[in-house]
Amino acid sequence: MPENTKVICITCPKGCRLDVTREGDTILKVDNCGCKRGEEYVKAELADPRRMVATTVKVHGGVHPLLPVYTAKPFPKPRIRELLDALSKVELKTPVAMGDVVIKDALGTGIDILASREMKPAAG
Amino acid sequence: MANKETYDVVVIGAGPGGLAAAIAAMQNGARDVLIIERDLEPGGILLQCIHNGFGLEIFKQDLPGPSYAQKFIDDAISSGVELLLDTMVLDITPDRRIFTASRKGGIREIKARALVLAMGCRERTRAQVRLPGTRPAGVYTAGTAQRWVNVEGYMPGKKFVILGSGDIGMIMARRLTFEGAKVERVLEVMPFLTGLTRNYVQCLLDYDIELQLQHTVKRIIGNKRVEAIEAVAVDEKWEPIPGSEEIIPCDTLLLSVGLIPENELSRKAGVILDPLTAGPFVDDRFETSVPGVFAAGNVVHVYDLVDWVTQAGFVSGKAAALYAVEQEHKAEKKILICSGENVHHVVPQHVCADSLKGADIKLQLRVKQPVETAVWVEVRKGANLVSRRAERYARPGEMITLRLPVKAYDEVQSADELTVAVVKR
Amino acid sequence: MTQNFDVIIIGGGIVGSMMARSLSRYKLSILLIEKETDICMGATSGNSAFVHAGYDPVPGSLKAYTNVEGNELYEQLSIDLGFDFERNGDYVVAIGQEDVPALERLMAQGKRNGVPGLEMISGMELLKREPLVNPEAVCAMWAPSGGTCDPFGANIAACENAIQNGVQVMLETEFLDFILEGSRITGIRTNRGEYLCRWAVNAAGLYADDVMHKAGLRPEFKIQPRRGEYYVLDEAEIELKPCFFPTPSTAGKGILVAGTVHGNVIIGPNAEVIEDKEDRAVTSAGLQEVICGAKKIIPSLTLRPVISLFAGLRAYGNAPCENPGVDYGHDFIIEIPSKIQGLVNLGGIESPGLTAAPAIAIRVIEMLKDAGEKLEEKKDWNPVRQRRPRFRHLSMEERANLIRKDERYGRVVCRCEMVTEGEIVAEIHAPLPAHTYDAIKRRTWLGTGRCLGGFDLPRVVNILSRELEVSPLEVSKKGPDSEFLTGTTKPGMTWGAEG
Repeated sequence: MPENTKVICITCPKGCRLDVTREGDTILKVDNCGCKRGEEYVKAELADPRRMVATTVKVHGGVHPLLPVYTAKPFPKPRIRELLDALSKVELKTPVAMGDVVIKDALGTGIDILASREMKPAAG
Repeated sequence: MANKETYDVVVIGAGPGGLAAAIAAMQNGARDVLIIERDLEPGGILLQCIHNGFGLEIFKQDLPGPSYAQKFIDDAISSGVELLLDTMVLDITPDRRIFTASRKGGIREIKARALVLAMGCRERTRAQVRLPGTRPAGVYTAGTAQRWVNVEGYMPGKKFVILGSGDIGMIMARRLTFEGAKVERVLEVMPFLTGLTRNYVQCLLDYDIELQLQHTVKRIIGNKRVEAIEAVAVDEKWEPIPGSEEIIPCDTLLLSVGLIPENELSRKAGVILDPLTAGPFVDDRFETSVPGVFAAGNVVHVYDLVDWVTQAGFVSGKAAALYAVEQEHKAEKKILICSGENVHHVVPQHVCADSLKGADIKLQLRVKQPVETAVWVEVRKGANLVSRRAERYARPGEMITLRLPVKAYDEVQSADELTVAVVKR
Repeated sequence: MTQNFDVIIIGGGIVGSMMARSLSRYKLSILLIEKETDICMGATSGNSAFVHAGYDPVPGSLKAYTNVEGNELYEQLSIDLGFDFERNGDYVVAIGQEDVPALERLMAQGKRNGVPGLEMISGMELLKREPLVNPEAVCAMWAPSGGTCDPFGANIAACENAIQNGVQVMLETEFLDFILEGSRITGIRTNRGEYLCRWAVNAAGLYADDVMHKAGLRPEFKIQPRRGEYYVLDEAEIELKPCFFPTPSTAGKGILVAGTVHGNVIIGPNAEVIEDKEDRAVTSAGLQEVICGAKKIIPSLTLRPVISLFAGLRAYGNAPCENPGVDYGHDFIIEIPSKIQGLVNLGGIESPGLTAAPAIAIRVIEMLKDAGEKLEEKKDWNPVRQRRPRFRHLSMEERANLIRKDERYGRVVCRCEMVTEGEIVAEIHAPLPAHTYDAIKRRTWLGTGRCLGGFDLPRVVNILSRELEVSPLEVSKKGPDSEFLTGTTKPGMTWGAEG
């Protein structure tokens, strides 16, 4: 039974409201695209939605108790909660350099979690 | 380090605007450059904007705020810019004497041959949107909540209602959800989204957070701590529609209702402010009405992408350095840029004709009303078209850039004023 | 801590604090109790800050006497106690001919009350002096003795001066009942235990009726909270110094437009009698009323420069004036009742309560002497309370010296109001300590500027946490159940190393 889904394309800021007709995992039709990229976006978004994820982890010895971190590449959306839970257990120590790998190959996805900034040991 | 009495260029604010200005000043002949920053670290608001989305234009990368800031901090330091941190500017005189206060340095007077104002903006408050109700704990602007969550590690609440569909509010909706809170509702008084669609999808839709357009907070309920929000629907005139009230239990109200350029110091320096932007009148080099005083970034008008703030910083920093070294102010003809049909404001508000000899001049504007069909963004001298650009749509939440091309020099330099308009195609 | 006092004052508002300060001159052991986490959280916390000239109250009433007497005292008080006071005068404006008879009656009333310097001026003269006033103003009464003050400053300063002179103050201490021996009050019962006294002073503001009823007094006396809403407008956008009133009607003084000691402009209040003695909500209807009323006097006013809105509650009582021949049903109660021994009973202290407070204290002392109380003056009574430095008001050189003494004065925490860490720390450890954000706000004006605390709030929370040696999660806006933060983002986090 074909079903209809609405998807907002975010490839560019225009944000076309796409009408997607699909049957199971097969996409039959994509209407309302402003350009070709809409169809590709829908395919990726429905098959394997990914997002950049940013959060903080505990750090000791710095001027702040938290260090911001982010996924080096867009991360599988269904596993974001799992990733956040894993990161909530991480504890780092200064010094940390920007780009340091905080978790390598997080949850076996091949995607590293990186430090967003450096954090030096706090003076005194 | 950072203890001279006079500098060629002094920059106030070590956010993206200030950092870019300082770097450009150093690269364009300034002999010494000082940035004065009130926080303990440079980086400005970017330090708490830990989400991605920065640098897409300038670096072709999707960076988090602190990383974007760090690139410029490293550049600034390696190029010899001096930093005065944990220092508040108390006063600036029109002859560019700056008075500062800090724990370590006490009171200092610093003279600047050229000054760049890069103080950014503050958030609109509960009082400025006149929210009725009680005054309990638990009413915060989104930025204050963001500092707590992302920098200091505190949760300001457990159950949230967010007023305003601006980017900061939507970003915080997702952030708070990540940290285990429940965001009950986002209310927006306009009939359209005021932030980016990308954020609506990735912050609200992704987490099933309901957005109600044409809704606002009727009153705040709760004596010691927020206990609920009474939401209400409004019409096009923002008048509440009786009978549409809904009490939403929550313990925190987050306000994301707009940013206001922070120009207290600019006023003290004698800089004339544009009531449309709440920022200084500037020309294409971002010089204000006071010779030798320049401005860059959100202090001029609120930008949507930090990449454009950086570009503005580069332009103003270079101009400040040239001014500091040459120490003369050429009396140049300036052409006024007026806001025409559907244009809320344009920056710069005037341009130096001579600038067009060397390069295109960028005009940046925001529309008043959204248009979801194709538009022309035009600059006209009277009825004559000087330059125009096609856009697929125009929204108040997304800044539009239009260029005055070099080839329009003759037309422009003979004009007293030009008008920018956004019309349907 | 002794449990036995000569005098216990119930309530730490302006009336109770001025009372404590005046009584501290004598060799008496005095306790002041306040049910909230700080003084000045009741009626004194929400008003126009105006020190009225005294033409409004009905002649012969206690309101009239204490208003005019109190007004005269404010100059010296502000110098002795170290709080802001400015005598900029006020205008009562007649918009249109129909207002004129009422205005003339008001002037006559003012003269009967002994208000100095009253003068009727023409509309043209008014416009010359104050060009922003409604050009339809026909004439105005000029009252040069009207003034404005910092009500928090006055309340806190009076209380601190009292403490300096030996008064004990207990916060979060709520009056529950009197201890009676026959018809004599010998003490009070509070949520923190029992305290004995020879005299109890009822200065309980909005709750003065409940307190006196516990002594079986004046069962017919009732206080109804009258809520008034206010807007504060940004000093950078509109400049007005004196206070402007409309010609009063039966509804009351009307909606005023006034300069504040801070340089801002305040407009309000409306007047709505409500039920709940703790309901300080601002309402859209009330705020509408305020801006409409204010525009009648200053038509160019808009709401663009609003930086704050709040509501205050007045203790509107129904006590008839005790002066025979004066027909007025809402006078102050200032009495030592005969039915009961050991009580000074103050009730219904609404406007002009702020102005009248010092005069009420003087009257009470006279009444105590008449009642046979021997009041022996202390030789070392110090009427002067040294004001703590306000960075904002100092010259650059004074600021530099201050920072050299204590570097914490070098860190500006509230940018809009230029309040430094040194000042905040000083208030946290003052004789009457500030332990909540609002308490610091009342003392320093931090967080009342354009950004309304957006920048300073996280920093103040950290300072309070550090100075009080508690977790930031325990720092509150106005006492228990108003904490700002609900948890940390990571389990087991300790707060940062930020100095």
